[in-house]
Amino acid sequence: MGFENVEHELHKRRSSRNLGVGLVLAVFIAIVFGLTVVKVTRIGETPAQQQQQQQGGN
Amino acid sequence: MSDASLNTQAQPGEAGFGDYFALLKPRVMSLVVFTALVGLLAAPIGVHPFIAFCSVLFIAVGGGASGALNMWWDADIDEVMKRTASRPIPSGKVDPQEALAIGVTLSVFAVVMLGLAANWMAAGLLAFTIFFYAVVYTMWLKRWTPQNIVIGGAAGAFPPMIGWAVATGGVSVESVLMFMLIFMWTPPHFWALALFMKADYEEAGVPMLTVTHGRKVTRRHILVYTILLAPLAIGTGLTSIGGPVYMTVSVVLNALFLLGAVKIWRRDEDAAQADKYRTEKSFFGLSLMYLFLHFGAILAEAALKPYGLGGW
Repeated sequence: MGFENVEHELHKRRSSRNLGVGLVLAVFIAIVFGLTVVKVTRIGETPAQQQQQQQGGN
Repeated sequence: MSDASLNTQAQPGEAGFGDYFALLKPRVMSLVVFTALVGLLAAPIGVHPFIAFCSVLFIAVGGGASGALNMWWDADIDEVMKRTASRPIPSGKVDPQEALAIGVTLSVFAVVMLGLAANWMAAGLLAFTIFFYAVVYTMWLKRWTPQNIVIGGAAGAFPPMIGWAVATGGVSVESVLMFMLIFMWTPPHFWALALFMKADYEEAGVPMLTVTHGRKVTRRHILVYTILLAPLAIGTGLTSIGGPVYMTVSVVLNALFLLGAVKIWRRDEDAAQADKYRTEKSFFGLSLMYLFLHFGAILAEAALKPYGLGGW
């Protein structure tokens, strides 16, 4: 019984670590994708146009 | 498979995700997120919401990375102090070399990503902040001088300046004043803590002012810094980030803060010990509210501006 508990605890920690790192990587990919979309769609806009759009968005 | 070597104690390398997250000092990170966000939103130039979100996230990661480097270097001190003994490294959950690797990796990652997402001025300020906290404060000042808190406080004061730089690409009077507000607030905040946590710092050999110059001098220093802080905080209200809301909040808070500092200055150790440092503890609690409400008021002014209500 003791052995099962110990093994379970170690696996729990490992799986929390793996899940956490996996989620961080997924968020990172989403962020890079989102930033790329935002940057690409704003190519060619002047700072004034960007500001105007920003204020319009607010 | 042999189970003889397995035990229930935490082993280095077997930390859970939460242990690595704790390395980043989440509480400090929440202050970094809040002040950086205020700096960003108070700036006169708008930022795309997604870029703003990513920028604040990278600033927070950079702040967390410097926290991991601090924990790596200060593991010996953390082990001795009650307040920090349960941190991931002294408690044996995370290996020190892992903390170093995480700190360095996340530092580089945060700076590069902020540069790409926002601009290189903001990224440069973030890099300098990490360097200042991890090297200048943690490795150099903390164990060397009782002025460690005064100069080291600069590291915690940079986030609103970085947030402002994300929006404007530069530094201005307003961002310097936000920096100064946190910079001048830090010494009385930490010295009040040191007054009722003296044994911790003494045992760890950290030259806090309470240890090197005594409590009477510390009490005087708290008063002097609080007096210097008041005109600075109220003066910020006269700039473009201030307004009636900020000014009202600032005047009230500074009056209360000064009153608390005077009370601390007038007390002696016998009186403090008799009521278990009640005045010092309440001053410490007030100091937390002081910073939160000042930045909250700056945020309120920025939020009211589109409706023609914020600012002067």
